[in-house]
Amino acid sequence: MWTFGAIFLLAILIPLFDHVYYTKLVTRISVFAIAAVSLDLVVGFVGRVSLGHAAFFGIGVYSAGILANLGITQIWIVMPVAITLAAVIGCFIGAISLRTSGLYFIFITLAFSQMLFFTAQGLRMYGGDDGFTLPAATKWFWGFDLSQPRVLAYTMIAALIGVVYIAQRVMGSNFGKVILASRDNPRKVNSMGLMPYPYQLTLFTISACMCAVGGVGYANLNEYVSPASISWIQSGEFLFMVILGSAGTILGPILGAAAFVCMEQVFSTWTEYWMFCLGIILMLRVLFLKRGLMGLITKNGQ
Amino acid sequence: MSAKPILEVVDLVKSFGALVVTDRVSLNIVPGELHALIGPNGAGKSTLINQITGELEADSGSIYYEQSLINPKNVSTRARLGISRAYQVPQLFPSMTVAEHLIVADIAASRSGFQMWKKSAGLNDLSLHQKGLLEQVGLSHLASKTTASLAHGEKRQLELVLCLASQAKLLILDEPLAGLGPSESEQMIALLSSLKTKYGILLVEHDMDAVFSLADRVSVLVNGAIIASGTVQMIKNDPLVKSAYLGDEINAH
Repeated sequence: MWTFGAIFLLAILIPLFDHVYYTKLVTRISVFAIAAVSLDLVVGFVGRVSLGHAAFFGIGVYSAGILANLGITQIWIVMPVAITLAAVIGCFIGAISLRTSGLYFIFITLAFSQMLFFTAQGLRMYGGDDGFTLPAATKWFWGFDLSQPRVLAYTMIAALIGVVYIAQRVMGSNFGKVILASRDNPRKVNSMGLMPYPYQLTLFTISACMCAVGGVGYANLNEYVSPASISWIQSGEFLFMVILGSAGTILGPILGAAAFVCMEQVFSTWTEYWMFCLGIILMLRVLFLKRGLMGLITKNGQ
Repeated sequence: MSAKPILEVVDLVKSFGALVVTDRVSLNIVPGELHALIGPNGAGKSTLINQITGELEADSGSIYYEQSLINPKNVSTRARLGISRAYQVPQLFPSMTVAEHLIVADIAASRSGFQMWKKSAGLNDLSLHQKGLLEQVGLSHLASKTTASLAHGEKRQLELVLCLASQAKLLILDEPLAGLGPSESEQMIALLSSLKTKYGILLVEHDMDAVFSLADRVSVLVNGAIIASGTVQMIKNDPLVKSAYLGDEINAH
């Protein structure tokens, strides 16, 4: 309920301000919120910290970019391609990394995303290190395309609603119960006759697909495709949003993404070293907000 | 013994380096029998249990469950066949309520874990059977509480309920009385004796009074090997057992 309320608030902000800057701001929040919610499925629900989710974000970004270069811009082709690619690569990365946990999981996911990062850097015909300008925006039909700020904003808000709805349904189902039980006590789950691994791999793959949807939006928002979207710094920013908002909830990462984007806008007008401020914010959150931003608005963070 | 054993362990051996922790152990449990496994600390009881449930792999020897060899099967497969275990330290899900624990057990039993869209059952959807199980151990009033708020004895009871909620045929109970107060202990003993005929039970326990009142057969494990196995009377009178383990306790009675 709360979650949909928050997204609705985002949606009505657009016509209210009717200004390209704010429309893009809302879009940026939505795109990052999609990535943060998807990352939280792994961090908060599977219970493993992934430092490689930018890989799936980047798959979305590069799918939009490369397909546009080939002259394919229809959203009903671009999205499925991005999601399918993310599913295949996510399933592969998850299959290997979910055999580990803790620090090892962090480093294996990081290693895989770095492989994709350097692969993207090595794509000479796609600008290598510099990336390339998105040659044409992804299109809906009847002349609506994602280069129009409002169309892009509503598309990404709709995508965010879809992602949140799927996440809530999945976590409220039997599958979700098994995921939570496996997070709490995998040994016991095993001795009850359930193997955590296939469940966790399924959720990891779903998470990768969601993140790629955000990536497609990001390419259209920036009208630019660059390896930076796959870098570990991007993964770290997603993780920052999840932790700031409160892991293990669905509204939390959305709040985290909103707070991150707003701080980014404010702090970066003050100083070039605005990331420094994020460090202080993160420290304050860890020291004083036991349940992140969620703890500020609800009593028990649920 | 006329009935075919539900569990049969034959010549099981396990060593950690030079230390032999399970030394050619053979034992069997027939359906409806409560077989107690006793022995001093460090005798290898938990190691033996871990091999039966599959958490540890035996070096050699065979484990038969309902006449089929289960050595190569993993923990969850063995659990699905009907081997259910309660741990020495209760293993629960801290973020979940008591009712949700039962729901997870039900998901495991009905193999419906991959239902990803339909809302899962909640507190109000507990079946009469599930409610009855909670009633039986006196946890009904705690159904909506998370396990963090449960007392130690209640956690033990809940874990036992989880075993019963599964479609288990063989219960492996690792010291179900440890850490319980006198009245909780009495309750647990009453519960165990009511379960006796319905399940095959392997009971590891240090409380000798409980063991002698509940067990159909007792096996004594010392230094990884079974030094005696038989009825309660036989074990009480076995000179080897007296000197190795029971000794003083029997004299005191």
